[in-house]
Amino acid sequence: MRHQKTGRQLGRNSSHRKAMFRNMVVSLLDHESIKTTDAKAKELRKYAERLITLAKKGDLSARRRARVMVNDKDVLNKLFDTLAARYKDRPGGYTRIVKLGLRPGDNAPLSVIQLVQEEMASSKKTTAKKAVKPLVKKQEAVEVKADGDDVAQEEASTDSEAGVAVEATTTEATEKEGAAAVQGPDDEAELAKEDK
Amino acid sequence: MAVPKQKISKARKNKRRSHHALTSPNVIECPECKEPKQSHRACPSCGHYNGRQVISVEG
Repeated sequence: MRHQKTGRQLGRNSSHRKAMFRNMVVSLLDHESIKTTDAKAKELRKYAERLITLAKKGDLSARRRARVMVNDKDVLNKLFDTLAARYKDRPGGYTRIVKLGLRPGDNAPLSVIQLVQEEMASSKKTTAKKAVKPLVKKQEAVEVKADGDDVAQEEASTDSEAGVAVEATTTEATEKEGAAAVQGPDDEAELAKEDK
Repeated sequence: MAVPKQKISKARKNKRRSHHALTSPNVIECPECKEPKQSHRACPSCGHYNGRQVISVEG
């Protein structure tokens, strides 16, 4: 049974996996952004986030525990000095994974995993931007409605985004009147919002 | 040697294959460079995702 077993085996035995992720996590901390397969990126995230959390603790014990994974003096110093300071105010979520598509040759899904560069304050700004964005997307979606299912999916995702950004509804509502005149799906979105 | 006793009829064969259809990937227009790209993936032609330069694309 698979009960309580987390993580991926990735076709390797445990020592091979351990060695590989040690290598990869050092590369990630060093270069800030590395390209790998989806599965490895998702697994690597776990190790990287733990190390950064450890680095934020900053004491000698934490440094010794981190050294078990990071067998590179320069990278260890970078982790405890620059990275720990950079992520002081960020409660986790230090990495970002963006999918890139399939690798020619073995058709493996690739992604890029990177250390988040933005400040926490600017990340608030991006959420504000997100609140306005759904409107624009939706209008485009109405125009290319002939695409059918694809559009419906996109609309569903934008609707949920709009639901999250409740604070922005007042500013959005005025713009929405213009958008509502265009097509039906907006009405649905509005109804959903009123329910909330 | 083990050998099929009966010929598989066309109907039976086709019924078996009724679930083998492939689905096409969801292709959208890149909001940055207007090239077609797969949704939830970085754009292969301009390297953007979610308004952010994710990967450098050598032109």
